Amino acid sequence: MPQTLAEKILSMKIKRDVSPGEIVVVEVDAAMAHDGTAPLMIQSFKAMGMTKVWDPSRAVFVIDHIAPSSNEGTSALHKMMREFALQHGLNFFDVGEGICHQLLPEKGFVYPGGVVLGADSHTCTHGAFAAFSTGIGSTEMAAVFGSGKLWLRVPESLKVTVTGALKSYVTAKDVVLHVIGEVGADGATYMAVEYSGDTVKEMSIDSRMTLCNMAVEMGAKTGLIASDEKTRLFLEGRCQAPCKTIEPDSSAYYTDELIVEADKLEPMVSCPHEVDNVKAVAEVEGTPVDQVFIGSCTNGRLEDLRMAAQMLKGKKVKCRTIVMPASREVYLKALREGLIEIFLEAGCAVGVPGCGPCVGGHHGVPAPGEVVVATTNRNFKGRMGCAEAFIYLASPIVAAHAAIQGKIVHPKEVS
Amino acid sequence: MIIKGRAWKFGNNISTDHIIPGKYKFKTLDFRELAQHAMEGIDSEFSRRVQPGDIIVAGRNFGCGSSREQAPLVLKHAGVGAVVARSFARIFFRNSINVGLPVVICPEAYEAVEQGDLLEVNLAEGMLKNLSKGTVFNFKPLPDFLLKILLDGGLVEHYKMHGKFIWE
Repeated sequence: MPQTLAEKILSMKIKRDVSPGEIVVVEVDAAMAHDGTAPLMIQSFKAMGMTKVWDPSRAVFVIDHIAPSSNEGTSALHKMMREFALQHGLNFFDVGEGICHQLLPEKGFVYPGGVVLGADSHTCTHGAFAAFSTGIGSTEMAAVFGSGKLWLRVPESLKVTVTGALKSYVTAKDVVLHVIGEVGADGATYMAVEYSGDTVKEMSIDSRMTLCNMAVEMGAKTGLIASDEKTRLFLEGRCQAPCKTIEPDSSAYYTDELIVEADKLEPMVSCPHEVDNVKAVAEVEGTPVDQVFIGSCTNGRLEDLRMAAQMLKGKKVKCRTIVMPASREVYLKALREGLIEIFLEAGCAVGVPGCGPCVGGHHGVPAPGEVVVATTNRNFKGRMGCAEAFIYLASPIVAAHAAIQGKIVHPKEVS
Repeated sequence: MIIKGRAWKFGNNISTDHIIPGKYKFKTLDFRELAQHAMEGIDSEFSRRVQPGDIIVAGRNFGCGSSREQAPLVLKHAGVGAVVARSFARIFFRNSINVGLPVVICPEAYEAVEQGDLLEVNLAEGMLKNLSKGTVFNFKPLPDFLLKILLDGGLVEHYKMHGKFIWE
């Protein structure tokens, strides 16, 4: 039977052919929890009476959501994580190392054909490497830490074919916002969203991660992209596992297919307060902006910072602008390329690698009535810590341009 | 397991940020405290007025967004007996079973239930009764292995009872 990418990876994993709807039990290649989910995971792990982590070399803790801590309650939970990590010999990434979804591939935990489970909904990001990756909750993560296994339902797949060349000011973020607008916030519930087409083939790993990152915003279990030479080059020197080329079969059955003509796309924004409330930038042009945030697991990578810096070079921001590289590695590369200097000279606040204001805990909570343009993935009411703020999701180019203009403006004059 | 309580109606796409805003969950594991903020993002009176056993009746995609297990946990600690929805977000659905919060997919019930109606849910039989209106709806019960985890009281209790996971 011809197979989708999701079916192929899971079939390789359990060494027999699987089909959608089937429940399979998989051995996990990497398991991750962060400071929003690990404390509850530790509590469940102990409550179950477990004493040993199945394979500490595959288990990862990251402190990224409130990093550094903003209050003593959070600090106590961080301490609980450090102690557990030390006791069990886990891979542990403390404050300032970066965002979990950036660190897992950078540090070699993700590879094609692997199963990656994370106690975070955006774990779907790793599908950009043809890994089967999805988010679960804390108690299930405790079960994974204890046993190394979990049940999964084999998903149906939605095929998203992207063809044509993107305009210079249109990015992977605009593609995925467009797709979410078409599919809806629950249009791909429980499915794998498989991206293909010449545009995706051309995209960098950074861009592919942006595409897969937001799969959960359509309700999907994961986003997936075939692995290729670009995948291999990224993972070279990072992980021990072989980098296999895994592609879907051309005649595989998809529940549905969406074709995106990339050359026709314009910059998009997701408007308050739902991610699928997607509009062309032109429709909201002129909206005054109080805060811009460039960063997160969606758009905090080197390519994103380069795009933002290109816009901001030699300019001054008109509203407060926070930039947070997704990891220490990204930060260092941006520093060496002179990007950080560009941000600082433009008047941006450059912060510690981590989730930053995206999760509403610290580092840029907006005031009631304020408008935020963020390169993040969620604009739910209250998401950034204030239920009366208005969040627009956009690409780093649109966000940087909004910072310079103090309002949302189409970035078309930039090449 | 039979759950009986008054209906609380909510719309589509109620996210985990509505159910428990992120700013609270990073600070504590004290669920008596966290439960005081249950549904705060959509109804600030909810946690004060909800009665033990009350049933949330929601539209599509309930529990979308973050993977935080604190979301079903605060509902459970606030006294919610079950959540009935047209559909659920995937992680919230799994989490609910794992913490022992009954979840029911029953698209037909949504229009036929008003705020405050007295409802009765039979999980094993897959039956939802609107006692205020005298109507009955059937739904597909959970697969056996998930129903078992739920009826054991969640994954922790399940593991403590059996010494292994049902899928092992």
